[in-house]
Amino acid sequence: MSRRILLAAFSSEDDVLGAVRTARAQGLRILDLYAPYAGHGLDEALGLRRSRLPWVCFWAAVIGAFLKLWFEFWTMAVSWPVNVGGKPWNSLPAFVPVTFEVMVLSAGISTVVAFLVVERLRPGKPTRVPMPGVTDDRFVLVVEQSDAAFDLRRVERLFRDCNAVTMEERLEEG
Amino acid sequence: MDDARTLTPPLVLGNKSPARVTEDICAAMEHKPSPAWWAALLIALAFLLLGAVAVSYQIATGIGTWGLNRTVGWAFDITNFVFWIGIGHAGTLISAILFLLRQRWRTSVNRSAEAMTIFAVICAGIFPVIHMGRPWLALWMFPYPNTRGPLWINYRSPLVWDAFAIGTYFTISLVFWYVGLIPDFATIRDRSKSAWRRRIAGFLSLGWNGSYRTWNRYETVYVLLAGLATPLVVSVHTIVSWDFATSVIPGWHTTIFPPYFVAGAIFSGLAMVLTLMLVARKTMRLEDYITHRHVGAMCKLIIATSGMVALAYLTEFFTAFYSGNPYEQFAFVNRMSGPFGWAYAVMVGCNVLVPQLLWFQRVRSNFLVVFVISLFINVGMWFERFVIIVTSLHRDYLPSSWSGYTPTPIEIATLLGSFGLFFTCFLLFCRFLPVIAMAEVKGVLKIGRDVHGSSQPLPPIVAPDAEEVLTCRQAAPIRFAQGEEGAQG
Repeated sequence: MSRRILLAAFSSEDDVLGAVRTARAQGLRILDLYAPYAGHGLDEALGLRRSRLPWVCFWAAVIGAFLKLWFEFWTMAVSWPVNVGGKPWNSLPAFVPVTFEVMVLSAGISTVVAFLVVERLRPGKPTRVPMPGVTDDRFVLVVEQSDAAFDLRRVERLFRDCNAVTMEERLEEG
Repeated sequence: MDDARTLTPPLVLGNKSPARVTEDICAAMEHKPSPAWWAALLIALAFLLLGAVAVSYQIATGIGTWGLNRTVGWAFDITNFVFWIGIGHAGTLISAILFLLRQRWRTSVNRSAEAMTIFAVICAGIFPVIHMGRPWLALWMFPYPNTRGPLWINYRSPLVWDAFAIGTYFTISLVFWYVGLIPDFATIRDRSKSAWRRRIAGFLSLGWNGSYRTWNRYETVYVLLAGLATPLVVSVHTIVSWDFATSVIPGWHTTIFPPYFVAGAIFSGLAMVLTLMLVARKTMRLEDYITHRHVGAMCKLIIATSGMVALAYLTEFFTAFYSGNPYEQFAFVNRMSGPFGWAYAVMVGCNVLVPQLLWFQRVRSNFLVVFVISLFINVGMWFERFVIIVTSLHRDYLPSSWSGYTPTPIEIATLLGSFGLFFTCFLLFCRFLPVIAMAEVKGVLKIGRDVHGSSQPLPPIVAPDAEEVLTCRQAAPIRFAQGEEGAQG
């Protein structure tokens, strides 16, 4: 399915913030915003939900720590107990440092991997940017021309009032 | 906010636009390197070669090539290990702890400080491995099923804790650094004229296109990694200090070691950050990005950590005196006035006395003096580790087993080689990667400037009803034309 979309480029964070708020107030369907850096307050203005990645981090930490602690217990007390200076087989306090390190490692790696998976980022992925400069200094707001009631002239005027630098109407490929 | 007098001073000077930031930072990568860079690289490579020869020789011959003896079993190698790990810690302080504390000036220095961490941990990691004597058996440090039982590693040993701590620290630092680099790789990819650079940066940018949904999650990942790295950095040097503190050697067996080591690590690392930054800002024309404010802030952190280190030195003496333990007391008298008293004097002079000059505003604003002070601290912190390790070992309990220690040329060459490795890596980093986190600096350009841009007041935030909040998230990803140029098809 192809959609008709309108791309509006802005040169400053404040302008695009105003444009996002205007678009939301006018009930336009914002498909995405492309930005060279994470601006202040844009998440909120776009109404983006808080990411659930902290849960991945939390559970990866819990699982990683539990598995490592179990492994330490198993190797030291079950598989081949070795008497080291008369210390008990299950030297739980001595197992804490490695458990902690593995917890951090598992949480960190899992969070990043989960991020790459949900965002479908991978090495060598073909680049698809909406306009040149979007990784330099351009903010590009993409709205869908959702129905017949979408008045292109009026929307263009709205964005021009928000200091849009360029605007472009495009038929989405795919 | 509108009153100019109430504005905080700008973090980046020169009234730069985001496009200008891209230009400035990418210039170092796109132009031919200066003769000074080549000269520095050749010197660093020469030292690296010296180190490689020394390490090859000592691996082929055995660690009898070192000045160690039955009493002094740890000396230069472990000193270098602790020194380099300590250097790394300031990078994590700047990248993670200052991020969580919302110290936004860190954006100008965090990329290179994180790079410093990674290279320092690489240098550090070499020493325990060559200390093994048979480094090809280093894999025995891992708990893998083997044909010897399987005989597992001993999880009660601080040396095993250390292997896990350093391994985790290196991995998390590298991941944190790379995650920070992804948006900058996309910037390089989209502006580069060289096909090779575009291809490599494109590969490394993972297809980043600046979509705000990605940014939203990216920011979350960044906070999580910072939150993980903060306790991690404290744990790493704590565990390093346990290598010593869990023994029964007078001068080592003390509970003050973990905080003492962590403070010392950050102290030495900040000095190394200053050493590198002051050179980089001059040679790479980053004066607008690394300003008096950044250097001043780091000088103040150095004063604070120098105070902590000084307190630890005093506390150690007091504890020894108050313990009533003659061996402990002797260890500290010997440390100050024994055969290595000169090293102790160097350590106190460089770490406690010299940094006090930074209390003066005039000293802090004279970068040449700050640079020299940072070198003194680097030297002093190396000697701190040397003093802790060698003076505690060389005269422990029985006078009949006392001995001395003199490093051999092989050990000195190995130390110089580690500096060669560190600076080779750092110089290559300066040449091939953005030394300043562009995407982060662009976000702080407005700080301390007049509000510009939109002249109209911003419309209010729409009260989000449940359905509308989800529109942006639910919309199917937009498919733009794909292209090498990164432009519209």
